[in-house]
Formats: sequence, C-alpha cells, structure tokens
Amino acid sequence: MTLPALESTSSCYSLYVNHWFCTSYLRDYQDQLVSATKQHAEITVISVLVGLVVALPLAVVARRLPRLETTILGASTIVYTIPSLALFPLLVPFTGISEKTVIIGLALYSLTILVRNTLAGLRGVPDDVRESAVGMGYAPTRMLFTVEIPLALPVIMAGLRVATVSTVALTTIGSIVSYGGLGNLLAQGVQESFKAQIFAASVLCVLLAFVLDLVILLAQRVLTPWTWKARTR
Amino acid sequence: MIGDAFGYLLDGAHWSGSDGMLVELGQQLLLTFTALLLAAVVALPAALVLGHLGRGGFLAINVSNVGRAIPTFAVLILLSVGPLGTAVLGPFGRAGLATLVALTLFALPPLITNSYVGMTEVDRDTVEAAKGMGMTGSQLFFSVELPLATPLILTGLRLALVQVWATATIAALVAGPGLGNVITAGFYRSDYGKGLAGAIVVAAVAIVLEVTAALSERYADPLVRVQRRQRAMVAVA
Repeated sequence: MTLPALESTSSCYSLYVNHWFCTSYLRDYQDQLVSATKQHAEITVISVLVGLVVALPLAVVARRLPRLETTILGASTIVYTIPSLALFPLLVPFTGISEKTVIIGLALYSLTILVRNTLAGLRGVPDDVRESAVGMGYAPTRMLFTVEIPLALPVIMAGLRVATVSTVALTTIGSIVSYGGLGNLLAQGVQESFKAQIFAASVLCVLLAFVLDLVILLAQRVLTPWTWKARTR
Repeated sequence: MIGDAFGYLLDGAHWSGSDGMLVELGQQLLLTFTALLLAAVVALPAALVLGHLGRGGFLAINVSNVGRAIPTFAVLILLSVGPLGTAVLGPFGRAGLATLVALTLFALPPLITNSYVGMTEVDRDTVEAAKGMGMTGSQLFFSVELPLATPLILTGLRLALVQVWATATIAALVAGPGLGNVITAGFYRSDYGKGLAGAIVVAAVAIVLEVTAALSERYADPLVRVQRRQRAMVAVA
C-alpha cells in the first residue's frame, strides 16, 4: 500500500524530479491549462478582430486620400517599433491593470500588419476591372464592397494569418499585467523553475498559433474559392 | 501615475550607480548589437549565396513564418531554465548566454528572408545582360546582384534590430539583464510610476533606433548614392 502523500511527492513534476515532459502534470493541472489556453485564445481573437475592424476603414481612407496614407503608415510603424513589454505599461495609465490593456496593445500591433496588407490588396485590383465597374454604373461604395474588397481578400487574409500568429506569441507578454493566458503559466513557471509547466505552456502556445492559422486558411478557402480552384486545375 | 513616471525619470539617482538605468541601457544596447552582429555573420553569407543560386527558397521563406509563431518569452525561459542557465556572462550580465542565444535566434528570420528575397527579386533581364557581357558567377554576385539587393538586405537588418531590441526587453521577465528590469521591478511591486518610467525609456530608444536605421538605410543604398553623386555633378557643372 502506498501513502497518497508519498505518491504525490514522487511524481515526475515534483521539485526533486522536475521533468520537462510529465503526463501526470498534464492530468493534475488540466483545469489550469484549459483555462489559461481559453484566456489566451480569447485575448488573441478579440485583439485581432478589433485590429481588423479598425484597419479596414483606415486602409480604405488611405487608398482614397494619398496624403493621409503617409501619416497612417508612419504612425502605425512607430507603434509597431515599441516593444510589447513597454507598450502594455504605457497603456496602463489609461486602461488600468485589466484585460483591456493587453487587448488594445495587441490590436495596435495587428492593426499595422492589417492596414499594410489591406492597402496592398486594394492596390492590386487591376485598373481595367475598376474602370469596367465604373462603366457599368457602380457607385464607389458598391464597387468597394462587391469588386475591390473581394478581389483584395486573398492578400487581406494573408495579413490576417500573419497578424494572428504573431499575436498568439505576443499575448504571453500580457503576463506583466497578469492577463497573459499561457504567459501567466510561463511567468509562474520561471519563478518556481517548474519545468513541466514551462514546457506544456510553450507547446500549447505554438499549437494554438498553428490551429488558429489553420482555421483562417480554411475560412479563406470558403470565402475565396476561385484562388484555390485555379491552382488545382 | 504619469506624474510619478516623469518624477522617476527626472531624479538623477535613478540613472547613476551600478544598478542605475544607464548601466541597464548600456547592457541592453551591447546585447542588441552583439546579437545582431552574430546573426548577420551567420545568416547573410548563407542566405545571399542561396539566393544567388536560387536554391532553398522554401526554407528561406518559411523560417520567418515559423519564427513568428514561437513566443520569444518561451524561448528565453526554456534556454535559461534549461541548458544555458542564468550565470553572469561578463559584460552581458545575468543570464547573459541564454539571452544572447535567444536574441540571435530571433534576429535570423528577417535577415534570412529579406536577403534571400532581395537576391532572387533582382531583375532577370539585368542578370541575363550581365551574363551576356561575360561576367563570371562571382562578378555577377558582387557587382550586380549584391548592390541591387542592398535595399532589401538593409530592411532585413532594420527589422532584425527592432525585433532584437524588443526581445532584449523581455529578457527581464526571466531575470536577464537590461531595461526591462525597471519595468518588471515596477510592476511586480505595484510601483507603477517606476514601471511606466522604464517603459518610456525602452519605447523612446526603440523609436530612435528605428529612425536612425531608416535614415542610414536610405544613405547606404548604393543606387541612392549614385543618384546623389550625379546630382552633385550636375550642380557643379
């Protein structure tokens, strides 16, 4: 008969054994891992969506008004230059220690990527196509939604993939304000040299990036069937 | 909180001394440029030769995609808790080796992808013309492809610089050296003025580095230099 106390201290994640990979850690800490992954996915998805909602109109404005384009691109490049560990603290006076701080910071980063890609996508629409639409009597708004944006969609989606994957990685830094999803587990793990937790959180982070990337790739296939049908033919 | 931050920045005592911000700033700059230099020495020759030969494109492009998905925070922790440890490494400070290796790794993707793409994007007609003139492989490489690829190579260096500075800041989360320590010390002890002060310095240096790199990028582009010389000659005539 083994004593329960003895059994728990000799597990592969105990301080004396401290293995990198440990299945009993995954089982015993399952709830913590699941909730951290959920928080991580939630912060990432909301941030990228907020970034997208702001980026699309900004890109359309920049496309129509070239004078504003330099300002919009310049400002977003400056924000992108600021390291994440500095950007979150800079937002704290306005947003406090909350999930909002991380979401706004990450939305600003994805904004930069998305504005650039949307602009490139809109520029890639051939002039012939645009002139035909005008000749057929399309008003500017109708042309934007039924001609320009659909044709720009592959490049916009490519930007969305880049923004999502890098946001998953950057969310970990949110741990500076205690809202870092899996980053909270990493920060706690490094304080306690808890190897099983560090390894599991790192792997889950990369997996999450991979899964979200795959989801966008599939959405792209559904939204722009012509891009991949042409390739398989 | 903003007032506290500027109060902290204006107090000279926080800048001087062996654990002052000037020492941390110097350490972080030293780490950043050492890592950038190491990464350039490793990545540039290989990526440029591969671009010249037109081989290994899949690898050169995908290294950036993979690099983006891997959190710098996780790599810094895995290296310092794992094999490299947190021992002091000369002027690089605590966890110097782990930090230096992580920074170098994250400088590689932008350098590799940009130099490779720079070489392969050189106008094919120009390359054919150079071959038709009887240029050898190395002549083609050094006097045609390399000058034409310079703008993209320099962009890669600038992107890597920004990336390395950001990663060097994160090193503080794993007890590494650098200005990130001011931020983490402030936030972990609820001294938000101090944390904000650190963030202001880190962000300001990041913007200075980016702007300096962008300006020297324009200055170092061989095509822009030739144009400037021509304009000067016209002015003299």
